Amino acid sequence: MRTEAVDVAIVGGGPSGMAAAVAARRAGAEKVVLLERGEQLGGILNQCIHDGFGTKVFEQALTGPEYAQIYIDRMEETGVSYALNTMVLDLSPERELTVCSSQGLRQINAKAVVLCMGCRERTRGAIRIPGHRPAGVYTAGVVQYYMNLRNLAVGRRVVILGSGDVGLIMARRLTLEGAQVLCVAEILPYPSGLARNIVQCLDDFDIPLYLRTTVVEIHGRDRVTGVTLAQIGPHGGIVPGTKRLVECDTLLLSVGLIPENELSKKARVALSPVTGGPVVDDHLQTSVPGVFTAGNALQVHDLVDYACLEAERAGASAARYAMAGRLPAAEIAVRPGQGIRYVVPQLVSGTESVDFSMRVVSPDHDRYVIFRRDGHELRRMKENVLAPASMLRIRVRSDRFQRGAGELTVEVGA
Amino acid sequence: MSQEYDVAVVGGGVVGCAIARELSRYQLKVVLLEKESDVGRGTSGKNSAVVHTGFNVPVGSVKARLNVAGARMYGELCAQLSVPFKRVGKLVVALTPDQVPELEKLKATGDRNGVSALEIIGGDAIRRMEPNISGYAALHAPTAAIICPFRMTIALAENAVANGATILLDAPVTAISGKAGAFRITSGQGTVRSKLVVNAAGLYADHVARLAGVRRYKIWPCRGEYLIIDKARSDLIHGMIYPVPPKGGSGLGVHLTPTIDGNILLGPSAEYVRSKSNDATTAAVARTLMQEAQQFLPALNPRDVITAYAGIRPKTVSSAVGGFGDFIIEEAPELPGMLHLVGIESPGLTAAPAIAQDVAQWVGLHQPLQANPAFHPERKLPAPFHELPTEQQASLVAQDPDYGQIVCRCETVTRSEVLRAIHNPLGVHTLGGVKYRSRVTMGRCQGGFCGPRVEEMMEEELGLPATTMTQRGPGSWLFAGTTKELRTACAPKL
Repeated sequence: MRTEAVDVAIVGGGPSGMAAAVAARRAGAEKVVLLERGEQLGGILNQCIHDGFGTKVFEQALTGPEYAQIYIDRMEETGVSYALNTMVLDLSPERELTVCSSQGLRQINAKAVVLCMGCRERTRGAIRIPGHRPAGVYTAGVVQYYMNLRNLAVGRRVVILGSGDVGLIMARRLTLEGAQVLCVAEILPYPSGLARNIVQCLDDFDIPLYLRTTVVEIHGRDRVTGVTLAQIGPHGGIVPGTKRLVECDTLLLSVGLIPENELSKKARVALSPVTGGPVVDDHLQTSVPGVFTAGNALQVHDLVDYACLEAERAGASAARYAMAGRLPAAEIAVRPGQGIRYVVPQLVSGTESVDFSMRVVSPDHDRYVIFRRDGHELRRMKENVLAPASMLRIRVRSDRFQRGAGELTVEVGA
Repeated sequence: MSQEYDVAVVGGGVVGCAIARELSRYQLKVVLLEKESDVGRGTSGKNSAVVHTGFNVPVGSVKARLNVAGARMYGELCAQLSVPFKRVGKLVVALTPDQVPELEKLKATGDRNGVSALEIIGGDAIRRMEPNISGYAALHAPTAAIICPFRMTIALAENAVANGATILLDAPVTAISGKAGAFRITSGQGTVRSKLVVNAAGLYADHVARLAGVRRYKIWPCRGEYLIIDKARSDLIHGMIYPVPPKGGSGLGVHLTPTIDGNILLGPSAEYVRSKSNDATTAAVARTLMQEAQQFLPALNPRDVITAYAGIRPKTVSSAVGGFGDFIIEEAPELPGMLHLVGIESPGLTAAPAIAQDVAQWVGLHQPLQANPAFHPERKLPAPFHELPTEQQASLVAQDPDYGQIVCRCETVTRSEVLRAIHNPLGVHTLGGVKYRSRVTMGRCQGGFCGPRVEEMMEEELGLPATTMTQRGPGSWLFAGTTKELRTACAPKL
């Protein structure tokens, strides 16, 4: 088997992978190679033909393919080499990658690796809806692929379960293409998608959103003929008398995304049970030295801009590691406190400024996000609207970390 | 147009396919008629996937004879047909001392049925074998095995076809007329004429008998629901874990069974249902199954469940009677020349190859059996790519670049393997057919990534438009049309 050596290997050619690769080159890594399983670069952006990408970084509303093209061009400019239709079968903790394509199997020994595999959709099985198993139950991303890239309509009368962003976007697309979207059901008391998508994709098209409501049974032997909806009480049970049958031929699931980390597990990277992604430090380095990660493989993002900013950091760190063989130790543990579900990174060095990403536990407004080390406040940030659907990204400058000792906590407070 | 056959088999479950394959050893013209778009779509594909040893079937019964005989044939059969088969052994676990006499009864039954190596072991021995299982004592059956029932059924069917049998899919039988030597069978794929008929219609065996004027059989559908546990928990058990069978129950009790692919099955329930097509799963049974399984395996968590399915037992006893009936394998006196296989519930999967030999003997009573000189018992499939060591993978890709294209990421299924499944010998052209033959879409993402790619490959390879694609045959359509068509057809109110 052929073996080659590289400075930085990037797994995944979506926006995060490309951003990491470009950043690694710009930070001085000479040989950067990106490996992509699909037929083209750009990942899931290729099927996102709606606009709204890039408002934070590029200050304009781009479509998915336009956004991807920016990074494809930067890859060319910076001289990142890449391989398409190429899958990484294995990754060892020593950063040996077993790579498979029609040209053959080969081994790549990398000084540093950045894992950018993105995420996958939660399926019907994962949420365990009882009933028959007919055709016509699709995840939102699959419907998006068929509709936008293949001009295929998956059904005529559609019920959407889950108010995740992809599902909301697809409610609008399906309606524009002539399908009838009967409703969106969300089991939580608040929407899972961004507020702007609720307005632009549901309200503007008079599509009802039923909160605290879920699908309790799927009907139809060969193809979906309907679903039973029911309201869910505060303790998780069905509210008596609220079951009702909705006749439809399609059930579209938008019930969450799961970071893809099968390869990370092979390299024995420690994963967080909360985010589903690796535990990282402020260099985006995982528990395995020289293995970095960013984007949706690390944590599910709502905005591609933030995924790319994170990936640029990971790519630059990987280049530093590849050149120096090590990075400053990160020994300050970061813990989510009151009102915070998770914080990334989970460890910081305290020597550099850190962009923390986090999500709150429940909706709130006019509160502060407070960073503390044993009682000493490092930073407090006013947030007018807090929603679990919106990731918060807050920077703490390097000098602030000296204000206390021990672990760092992040909490929502007055 | 009608075709002339020696034997027509109605039903493409594991029993029907085993019969077609067994009969293809002889110089006989054999046709199998299956109502679905693939074989193994009924009870055969939805059960515990176990090759039973034969300790819980009554001494002297037809079931006992065929169970023990079938179990002995499985090892060699699976090797011939490239179907994975593992003897993982089984423990029937008594939770309390008062259940021990039940274990002794089972052992005595097994010994008399000719099951080898049965042994009653104590709590310490259980823990040595299965550290996560607690019990007072257990019956250990080391020869009990697991297989994949739909791959077995497909393999039998493919080998039958390779040896000259005809399999007609989408061919529901709607009428049977005539008599021994000259039957006429009307099906969804036209009329066939046959000298003999074998009714292997499983759940619908009573219906098929009635089509021929035989009204003596009645089948009660009894649903069994299962939960599938994530592969990540596969180390919880090593072999099968069964409870002491519930008295007068309709099943073997909720058990834990490792699958050949590394999951754990939990189930089944036993519930008589009104409709033979009601294989829906329910939230209530899912909860009960989990609670019962946790009695043996407290480490099990409801979050470990990845999905659920249900199968239906063809019972010859009503819920009022309860328990089990024996297999009925007979020619009804009012209609010679037609053999009925009725009530082939558990251990039907195990017994199938032995039942097939019985059927061949029956055929021999009606016409002399002459060996088919061209019969080839083997159906060799290459080992799955993902199971091979890296060096072998590398040489496969060097020979065939299609092995280098991974279509299904979760299960590491290559383009070469998907192509083989698309061009399967039975001519099954459904997404489900490709799934069951290659394991694409069966992983964690359940086809989120590879589903559309496989569908596109089917369009290219078979020259079929996307809008004709189905999940598992007529009615299970995947697309309502193209997007532009939908706008015209649905003409929304503006």
